[in-house]
Parts: sequence; structure tokens; C-alpha cells
Amino acid sequence: MAIRVQDPGLLTTVQDLGRYGYSHLGISPGGAADSLAMRIANLLVGNPENAATLEMTLAGATLEFDEESIVALSGGECHCRINGDTAPLWQAMRVPARGILTCGAMKTGARLYLGIQGGLDVQPIMGSASTNMAGHFGGFEGRGLRKGDLLGVRKGPNSRLPTLNPGTVEALYSREPLRVTRGAQHDWFGLEAFGKLLSCPYTVSEQSNRSGLRLKGEPISPRVRSQLLTEGVSHGAIQVPQDEQPIILFVDQQTTGGYPKIANVIAADLYRVGQLRPREQVRFIEVAIPQAIDLLREQEEWLKQIFQC
Amino acid sequence: MKVVPASDSSLLVVLGDVMSLDNHERVMSLFRALQRVNDLRIRNLHPAYASILIDFDPLRLSHEEATSLIENLAGEEPSQCGRAANTVTIPVCYDVEFAPDLQEVANHAKIPAREVIWLHSSATYHVHFLGFTPGFAYLGGLPETLHAPRLATPRKHVPAGSVAIAGTQAGIYPVDSPGGWRLIGRTPVRIFDPDATQPTLLKPGDLVEFREIDRATFDATVNR
Repeated sequence: MAIRVQDPGLLTTVQDLGRYGYSHLGISPGGAADSLAMRIANLLVGNPENAATLEMTLAGATLEFDEESIVALSGGECHCRINGDTAPLWQAMRVPARGILTCGAMKTGARLYLGIQGGLDVQPIMGSASTNMAGHFGGFEGRGLRKGDLLGVRKGPNSRLPTLNPGTVEALYSREPLRVTRGAQHDWFGLEAFGKLLSCPYTVSEQSNRSGLRLKGEPISPRVRSQLLTEGVSHGAIQVPQDEQPIILFVDQQTTGGYPKIANVIAADLYRVGQLRPREQVRFIEVAIPQAIDLLREQEEWLKQIFQC
Repeated sequence: MKVVPASDSSLLVVLGDVMSLDNHERVMSLFRALQRVNDLRIRNLHPAYASILIDFDPLRLSHEEATSLIENLAGEEPSQCGRAANTVTIPVCYDVEFAPDLQEVANHAKIPAREVIWLHSSATYHVHFLGFTPGFAYLGGLPETLHAPRLATPRKHVPAGSVAIAGTQAGIYPVDSPGGWRLIGRTPVRIFDPDATQPTLLKPGDLVEFREIDRATFDATVNR
């Protein structure tokens, strides 16, 4: 079974939940930018949650399926069609043999996931199917998809498919501020600077991608102006370079960096960073680390309860 | 040693505040101890000049448990077994085509280009850590005469294998990428091979030496 790319959209890559254990070799985890939507797409088609999916960015792809397939779309709001008929997100659907799935431009959010029963058949590299664009490896030939690419699909499990409880998606994408904990160098910034980050809106700039989201807004001036010795950086760290405009480091971030980190997006909110669009406004609110971990635990519990069979 | 939370899923272990061989030894000792322990709740280790960032699953390992694990390991005597540093010799062709910044480095150092090559290829370097792109090793030990600032405007495209210097450091670009370091040569050897069991030629803690090769040898190696 195979999928042919008729139009790749803006940027479509193969992603799973990422590649762990290689940061000391300069290799970042990568993986789905909105890992919750990606996991749900897999679970809806009966896959293990880490099966290889397609991640589309802002403008979706057009794909032709050679054989009948079970698929699910998830993520940002997007008008999608199968052979011309509206194809709703967040539920398993049948694509007939030689069927064409057309995904349009996203109305909200920035990323759309396509889960396919069986999962995409790509060779895992260092334990993951995710595309590493900086290293030109993983996923499909280490790059974004192009017109004419032919992707293999593994044979599916043929199990009973679950559906989502009503109200699930509404709960997923709240407009609440992103929750952050204090960063490794938060004490380099005074209370005033930290207060600014928490009270002012920031706008996601056009120069944002999977490595980082550049924000524009009130400058954040450090109290201490010294050079940071390059050190490891955590996923979701908010670093402040010399221009005093914060950057949220994201899934494809470099493993080390030399700018002070004022804050860090909590693990339970990282998936929402994956749905931020250029020009969208974002706000931050501080939580303590134990609270952030409780929120992550609650999210994992929630994910187990949103399906009905 | 100072252990500070970096996020809800990571701790930063600070072992010093300068780039030095002593700090490098401290980092490597703790890094190797953590690798030996192989705790599956730990997802990633990011060693750097004088620190290690430890990323873990906070639902399975608490910050308190992770901190005491680190403190116990840091308290142990560094194990002597397997600590003989691995030395990697890397052939470099300093042909003008591969070394667009060689003359400028020579001018900056006020020495002939030939001497830049000699200095660069007679030093022994140590891999502080890897970062920037997959397999990019930050090498300490560049002779002081060759210290030169990085380019004011980074290049958009630096070919894989480019041998470069910047500030007090040396490096080799493992994959085609942008880059702001000064290019003084190129190696025909593969620095990063994602399909290999050991995907990077260099690992944190390795020693590195450069050996000059001529253009014919470079071409022959590439074509082999």
C-alpha cells in the first residue's frame, strides 16, 4: 500500500514522537510539534501512539492512496476533502482505492496530522521515524515531502476503532496563556523583566519554525549582562538573545546554546506551541514545577479517558 | 557543583563557570557515570563546557530523585576503566578551494598560510561536547596564534566536511549547513553517518588530531 504526493503543501514531514538518547551527539529529539494531536490521530485508526504520521504545516497536502485505507486527521482547523467530499477531523475515515485526500489551508492552528492505519513505512533511524531536517536524515529521505514522492504504508491492525467523546477538541485548544516555569538563568533577569514576560502579549514572528518560535514584544532586559558559557538547552526553553526578544526553543532546537533562559514552557503545554501561527499573540503565566508535573500527569490520564469504543 | 531545575523535565548540573580542561574532566566523569548507570527514566544528556543538562521523564523520576542520583554519582571516585581517551586522526586537505578563509586567518595571525596549516595540524584537540548540528564537535586546544573572531556574516551554505576555526575553538561541519566559522580546509572522511551504529565520528571526551593530505589523496578518498 502506498501514498503518492500530488502536492506537498507548505512543509509536510514524517514525524513520530521523536528520537531520544542522542542529544550528546548534537541530535535533538524532533518529533511531532503537536504531539497530543498526533497521538490522537494514531489512536483513532487503531495504531500504537508512536506510529509514523504526516505533519503538515499551515497549508495541507494533496495525497493519492493506491489502496483502500483508514485514516484520521487531527490538529489545526482545516477544510479537508476525500474525492471532493468534506472529510472531518478527529475521526477515523475510509479513503477508497485511488482516493484523493486534499487538505486545505489551516484556519486556526499551524499543524495538521494524518494518521494512517498501520503507520507510514519508513526505516527508523536511531529508533525513530522522525525527519531531522538539520541532519538531512530520518523520515522520508531526511527532508520535507515533494510532489511525486511515494510513501509506503504498513499493514494495519484491523481492530475496532474508537471515537472521541464530544467536547474533547474544545478542551484541547484553549486560549489560556502558556504556562511556564522559571528558566535556568531566571535570576539573570530582575523581577521587572520576568514580570514583563508574564504581563505583556508577545507576537509570533514569521521567522518561526520547528527549531524555535521568535517572539516580538516588550524587550526583556537582563539585570546581569554577561556572556553565558554554552550549555545544554531544555525543550521549550525561552531564551533571550542580545536583541532582548524572546525565543521559544522547540522540537528541532539545537541541543546546546549560549543565551540565558528566563523561563520554560511546561511539558503539558508544549503541544499548544506546535499550533501557534505567525502573527498570533501569546501570553505566559507562571506555575511551580510540582504543579507543572501534576498537570502533565492529569493530561496523560485525560488522554486515556477521551475515547469511547 | 550546583544542580538547578531548568524545566519541569530537566536539571542543569553546573560544574564550573569557565571553559577549561579541569571542568571538561569533571563534565566527562559525571557524563560517563550517567551513561554507565543507564537509567531509562533519563531521556537525554547534554554535556557542555562546564555543565550537563539532564532531561528525564518527570512522571517516572522526580527532581528530588534525579538530584540525589546526580549527587551520588558525582561523589564517586572517577572510574579508571575505559577512560583511556579515544584518539581520532582526521585527514585534512588545505587546498585553496576548500580553504576560503585560510589567507585571512594567516593575515590575522601575521604568519604565512603554510604556518597556519602546520600549527593547525600539529596540535591535539579534545572534544568538549557536540551541538549546533548532528555530529558537530566543539574542539578545544586550538593554538593561540590561530585564535580569530568568527565571520561577521555567516555563510548560508557550508559543505559537509569543512574544517573550521572560530575564537579559541576548532570544528568540522558534519553536514551541509549554514555557518559562521572560518573555513581552512576539508576532510574527505564522513563525520556524520546516520545509518552507522555509531552515527558520529567524534564523541564527547575524544582526542582529535588533524593530518595534512594533498588534493590527489583527498579526491581518491572521496571517490573510493
